[in-house]
Amino acid sequence: MGADIVGELIDYQLRVNGHEHDVAEAWLGENLLYVLRERLGLPGSKNACEQGECGSCSVLMDGKLVCSCMVLAASAVGADIVTVEGLSAGENELSDVQAAFLAEGGVQCGFCTPGFVVSVHDLLEHNPDPTELEVREAVSGNLCRCTGYGRILAAVRAAQETRQE
Amino acid sequence: MTVFVPACLEEAFDAFDKCPDAQLLAGGTDFMVEVNFALRRPPAVVCLRKVEELKGWRLEHAEVVLGAGITYAELMGPQLSDLLPGLAQASRTVGSPQIRNAGTLGGNLGTASPAGDSLPVLAALDARIVVASKKGRRSLGLDELIIGPKRTTLGPGEVIVEVRVPAALGSQEFLKVGTRNAMVIAVANVALVVDWAGQSVRCALGSVGPVVIRARDAEEFISSRIDWARRTLTDEGDVAEFTALVRSAARPIDDHRSTADYRRHAVGVCAQRALGRVLADHNGGTWEQTSWAS
Ligand SMILES: Cc1cc2nc3c(=O)[nH]c(=O)nc-3n(C[C@H](O)[C@H](O)[C@H](O)COP(=O)(O)OP(=O)(O)OC[C@H]3O[C@@H](n4cnc5c(N)ncnc54)[C@H](O)[C@@H]3O)c2cc1C
Ligand code: FES
Ligand code: FES
Repeated sequence: MGADIVGELIDYQLRVNGHEHDVAEAWLGENLLYVLRERLGLPGSKNACEQGECGSCSVLMDGKLVCSCMVLAASAVGADIVTVEGLSAGENELSDVQAAFLAEGGVQCGFCTPGFVVSVHDLLEHNPDPTELEVREAVSGNLCRCTGYGRILAAVRAAQETRQE
Repeated sequence: MTVFVPACLEEAFDAFDKCPDAQLLAGGTDFMVEVNFALRRPPAVVCLRKVEELKGWRLEHAEVVLGAGITYAELMGPQLSDLLPGLAQASRTVGSPQIRNAGTLGGNLGTASPAGDSLPVLAALDARIVVASKKGRRSLGLDELIIGPKRTTLGPGEVIVEVRVPAALGSQEFLKVGTRNAMVIAVANVALVVDWAGQSVRCALGSVGPVVIRARDAEEFISSRIDWARRTLTDEGDVAEFTALVRSAARPIDDHRSTADYRRHAVGVCAQRALGRVLADHNGGTWEQTSWAS
């Protein structure tokens, strides 16, 4: 039960993208986004607000799409965490959704892209043939300040069509 | 200083024995905002994510018993949206898919924000909230649990365990006004329940007072004017009176999100539309066809 106490700091393990990772001497209040980026060398998830509003830190936790900045990292012990790094087959490969974002011009500065990619993977996993409104609702927790969303919606449509072929 | 992840309530109570000043964490969507912005520095945390008694829901006779750890996404599921349509509608307006996957009913109660979207629905359903600690259990009405903005009567080590509401009670509507359809804290939110069998209307208003307000005068007035056999209003002029009574029940303030005047106006419009939708549903029409419900 719980994590071990090391003085004022705690040690625990997290399972990310199928691998167990040690987190050592961490402050108990650290959020999962911080731990992924600063302690586990997984900077794919981005930090743009740390208040659940922008979705750029989206990850899957036990198969559920959540904002990693809203997860107390030490409470995620035992959970299966998948980050954007875990969605493609290998380090130099793109997932179909990532490829669609590139092909359709859904990436400008790219800061929001990892979050969108995780949200869209989650959407197509549960609903392979979403309507336009369902797509919009599925990405309503992801903000992009560059694209105006048109190219992002086109990318989702393209990924959806490729999967159906 | 530690983080506890108990698997059952008993273990959660034990954690409080070890660390009496530990803080409860559910989905984290309010808690972690405060931690991230250094407004909260928990000396120890009791995570409720794995506590078995707080998960899921069940039917007990004519009551739905919701575990405090139920998420908005779960409340929107097909069965619960039939049994508790008002709560499902409210859940759908909360935050974003990410927030609805994590945020819980118990957390909405624990935060006790005047704008909490589940709260007007629970008030209109006369929900009972069961809280427990090592010392035992108590069952509270919403107004006995939440007594001010972000103020509850929860004692040290006390956990909200479940929420009991009547199953499939009459017709239910929830309406919310904000600046966007997603990711928005309510400027005004309204829940309306029309109990056809009990011949009563209940109307609860959120974001227009320190706590959720039941518009009792408006409820009594409109309940006395509905033709319960035909499920209609005989005099459409009664709607204006109902709306005026709703507005006068509100106790709104000016703040960074809106003005008191606009909030008072908005709860009136929401309550009127909710009533229009409910009555139109029972007369084979759409609410837009009910001339006064626009
Ligand atoms: C981006 C964003 C958008 C949001 N949009 C909305 C919205 O549209 N509508 C809305 O109403 N809210 C909204 N919220 C607020 C929040 O999501 C809800 O209040 C949610 O219900 C909180 O639940 P939680 O499980 O995340 O609680 P937590 O953050 O884990 O906890 C909240 C508080 O409740 C206490 N608590 C939790 N569980 C219990 C329990 N079982 N017993 C006793 N105390 C408990 C905790 O100690 C803490 O003080 C939003 C939040 C964010 C970050
Ligand atoms: S950084 Fe987590 S939602 Fe913005
Ligand atoms: S591409 Fe720049 S924020 Fe979306």
